[in-house]
Amino acid sequence: MSNSNFTRRGMLKTSAIAGAGFAAPTIFTASSAAAYTNEPTGSSVTLGFNVPQSGPYADEGADELRAYELAVEHLNGGGDGGMMNTFSSKELTGNGILGKKVEYVTGDTQTKSDAARASAKSMIEKDGAVMITGGSSSGVAIAVQGLCQEAGVIFMAGLTHSNDTTGKDKKANGFRHFFNGYMSAAALAPVLEARYGNDRNAYHLTADYTWGWTQEESIAAATEAMGWNTVNKVRTPLASTDFSSYIAPVLNSGADVLVLNHYGGNMVNSLTNAVQFGLREKVINNKNFEIVVPLFSRLMARGAGENVKGILGSTNWHWSLQDEASKAFVKSFGTKYGFPPSQAAHTVYCQTLLYADAAQRAGTFNPCGIAEALEGYEFDGLGNGKTLYRADDHQCFKDVLVVRGKENPTSEFDLLEVVEVTPVDQVMYAPDHPMFAGGALGTCNPGA
Amino acid sequence: MFGLNKKDTTLFIIVAAMTLLAPFILNPFPTDSALAQFNAGYPDLMQRFVIFGILAIGFNILFGLTGYLSFGHAAFLGVGSYSAVWMFKLLSMNIIPAIILSVIIAGLFALVIGYVSLRRSGIYFSILTLAFAQMSFNLAYSVLTPITNGETGLQITLDDPRVLGVSVAENGNPPVTNLFGLEMRETFTLDLGAWAFQFNIGFYVCALIMLAAFYVSVRIFRSPFGLMLRAVKSNQHRMNYTGLSTRPYTLAAFVISGMYAGLAGGLMASMDPLAGAERMQWTASGEIVLMTILGGAGTLLGPVLGAGFIKYFENIFSKINDNILHTWFAIMPDGLEDLLVTIVHPFVGKGWHLTLGLLFMLVVTFLPGGLVEGGQRIAKALSRKKKDEPKTPDASE
Repeated sequence: MSNSNFTRRGMLKTSAIAGAGFAAPTIFTASSAAAYTNEPTGSSVTLGFNVPQSGPYADEGADELRAYELAVEHLNGGGDGGMMNTFSSKELTGNGILGKKVEYVTGDTQTKSDAARASAKSMIEKDGAVMITGGSSSGVAIAVQGLCQEAGVIFMAGLTHSNDTTGKDKKANGFRHFFNGYMSAAALAPVLEARYGNDRNAYHLTADYTWGWTQEESIAAATEAMGWNTVNKVRTPLASTDFSSYIAPVLNSGADVLVLNHYGGNMVNSLTNAVQFGLREKVINNKNFEIVVPLFSRLMARGAGENVKGILGSTNWHWSLQDEASKAFVKSFGTKYGFPPSQAAHTVYCQTLLYADAAQRAGTFNPCGIAEALEGYEFDGLGNGKTLYRADDHQCFKDVLVVRGKENPTSEFDLLEVVEVTPVDQVMYAPDHPMFAGGALGTCNPGA
Repeated sequence: MFGLNKKDTTLFIIVAAMTLLAPFILNPFPTDSALAQFNAGYPDLMQRFVIFGILAIGFNILFGLTGYLSFGHAAFLGVGSYSAVWMFKLLSMNIIPAIILSVIIAGLFALVIGYVSLRRSGIYFSILTLAFAQMSFNLAYSVLTPITNGETGLQITLDDPRVLGVSVAENGNPPVTNLFGLEMRETFTLDLGAWAFQFNIGFYVCALIMLAAFYVSVRIFRSPFGLMLRAVKSNQHRMNYTGLSTRPYTLAAFVISGMYAGLAGGLMASMDPLAGAERMQWTASGEIVLMTILGGAGTLLGPVLGAGFIKYFENIFSKINDNILHTWFAIMPDGLEDLLVTIVHPFVGKGWHLTLGLLFMLVVTFLPGGLVEGGQRIAKALSRKKKDEPKTPDASE
């Protein structure tokens, strides 16, 4: 064979190069030399902000990114310090984290688990990020949380409302500040009872995926406990944009409350359809027909426009809150960007500060040290009142806001009003609650 | 060598060298320089390059040879991933059984879908495959949640049985994927001066499998079977009139192609044990088509190049934010700096789709044969006299 010479030469060349590399083991930095994954050795520390910049939640992602940039500015001593001044822990001094300047990298999750994991991996493997944060959907948050557990970095969840994130899919390296479906239900139920009575027939329209199901389950359980009857639970495909065919049967079902377990564009469309069908003017069983949207956000309210007026829902935080921390945050966010922050922006800002503070208190960036510092940590001054990071499931417990679409909005941001602040005790649950059972935290993984 | 003619041997050796030396080739810039942003030589992306390379090679066997444009290949990728993750959950974390199962299941899936879809050709075939893939996606996303874990995606957990392995590793975490004890995520870093080159076990496993897949694809292209498939592409009616049934051939090509996709899916799960439904969405299927067309449909090397090209944009360009732009243009005067950042801003970060789209348009308009045609034109221009050089079409990397 005439071409075998060529091969052999090629082989020799390749193996010579490979041999040269392998023959000098002293120049290998074995991955076990560092105490933990991506131990920062220079004068700076890198955080990874992994948010949806394209896809259905791009609005939320953009707002999260703004808040992250603000948090980094404050951590490095820029700006007016925002909630660092009101935070109950005074460890952060505007001198970075542990004296290291905070730098960040960003990535696009596209609201897809695969893309989110690819982006997070590149932050860990290429940019040396020591913490990943972000996510605007539970699927993505859970996927990235799993990745961080494997890789040995901390994950600070952003906007994720599913019970599973700190329930059956909880991980030792993952932490969530945002509230969840169970809490929404527990906070809403008493308000619904007070306003709509305890003799109602509820009809659920639910986005057909994990988050929708956990929320539907939570709301149904909480409302049934106070005497409501659940007439029907109908699952709608996530990709639906027209809900007319789902709304029509509601009219003939004898139900007098419609619960929309939808989020984002889904909720905007289903609510609009429901209002167009005149549901809100209907009187059934001598009661006014009511619509409830358990998870509300300002961005959704803006999408739904007029239709959102008077509709009850719950939210993690709202910029109209009048405590010192919220005011400080709204002020520094508003100064920088010219409009008030959304709840997504608030939760990721808090998560960044909480991470920085935990590192500062632990005196290390080691994920195990940080996890220990966060577990069972009680703090205040981040806009939600007294808050506990529970050790059993890494979920934050704090007051939950029940909000209502404002009748007379004064600006395009002033769309929701806070009806009631449900105290934390009412939304507390046991770590082994059936809706959260089935998973295990495992042990913290420092990687390397 | 190995039954390849001289030209193919050369091609194979070039591909092998490029793949095996990828950690060097993809990391041309020193770690601390501003251009390090463009380095792609980190394990995850290199793994993706070769895995999507396998996928595109397989797709090309169907599309490049028979001309049947499948819009549902992502379904096989997803099925492969789910099979592999289930194998990790039930049997062991060794990647061999997982990959074998994913190839078999994807093959069976392709047999069923192909049997139905191949009754039609042209646009009807494309639509049928698209429908099947979208059906699989919706099933995985909600209906089959007990098997696929729906939106959240299937992950390995601490309470999986893992008959031939351990449920919990010594450090209290789920065990990691391995090849007879060789962990896929193991990475050695070679520091050479200002450069840091990363050698990852998982990447080399994928790379070797891709080379095998590439070799098989070359053999198929050059075989009588491959010739038959080309004949189907050029005129299927004439084949039928000569009394020859083309169905078995096209179905075989479809199944082989589906098995390649399953292999890619299995490898993907082996590198990162997670399977999500989005992997089966129609956009994912479309991406495979784009990769093949961008690189050059019907050529051996093209699909691999196209896959690398798209993944590079997805992972590198999407991470360039305003902050980085400002450091690039920091030497300019302030006003100019802001202007430049404003101009570049829409094309990077979240605008990476836009850049990719523009490049795709350019390639399709000026290089209908894809990147491979670009390479050929450059080679031709170089082999001619040097004074012809200015006529070289713009080089695409």
